[in-house]
Amino acid sequence: MIELKWSSLKETRPSEYVVRFVFGGACTVLAGLVAKRYGPSVGGLFLAFPAIFPSGASLIESHEKKRKAKMGLDGTLRGRVAASVDAAGAALGCIALAVFALILWKGLPTYNAYAVISGATLAWTCIATILWAVRRRREFHRLA
Amino acid sequence: MSELIIRFLIGGAVVSLFALLGDILRPKSFAGLFGAAPSVALATIGLTIAKNGSQYAATEARSMIWGAVGFFTYASVVCWVLMRYKLDTLLTTICLLPIWAGTSFGLWYWLARSS
Repeated sequence: MIELKWSSLKETRPSEYVVRFVFGGACTVLAGLVAKRYGPSVGGLFLAFPAIFPSGASLIESHEKKRKAKMGLDGTLRGRVAASVDAAGAALGCIALAVFALILWKGLPTYNAYAVISGATLAWTCIATILWAVRRRREFHRLA
Repeated sequence: MSELIIRFLIGGAVVSLFALLGDILRPKSFAGLFGAAPSVALATIGLTIAKNGSQYAATEARSMIWGAVGFFTYASVVCWVLMRYKLDTLLTTICLLPIWAGTSFGLWYWLARSS
């Protein structure tokens, strides 16, 4: 079951939000500069650069460690396993990301840009969710 | 210069928004999907179309497919290494970034040569 856990926002420090913002902004600028210098064919590769993946995964590890430390336990290993689960989810998201790019590639020269971008974003959301649900069901059946 | 500042601000905002979604969504495996959200593409594609046109943006999107394949390979290897060896997450994710670059640029180069 997918749910929202708003309380997890409190676990992230303001400095961590700033780091994400700066990383995200820097990667967007980098993609633009590379495209300007080497052309759109090379610059396009950076549209799928793992911009905030390293900082996001390490945040998951540190939050898990803090949670365990409150209970007097060492959560280092559990934190790393949690980061690994996050990476598995990101891998599934990448399949949907490739479909997103495919829709933009084929659709932008012909159709309205807003419609293509909206359709590609919707496709990313649906495909990523379906892949996640299929994988979860398979794991459930394997463990059952 | 002003274009770079706009790119920076929009990029930072969109990437932060997807990161926030990843923070609040549960279970973790589902939230992980947002690590590969098209945040940089969404932040930059509108500006690219406005400045260089749809065909230019479509060329970028074609290469983005190879970047996504590189990201898939990178995320899969990170997942395996963390699960198998339980190394420090930040160190692992940064040290393995060349896998993204190698796969993405390798595919791009191979396809550019063969076409």
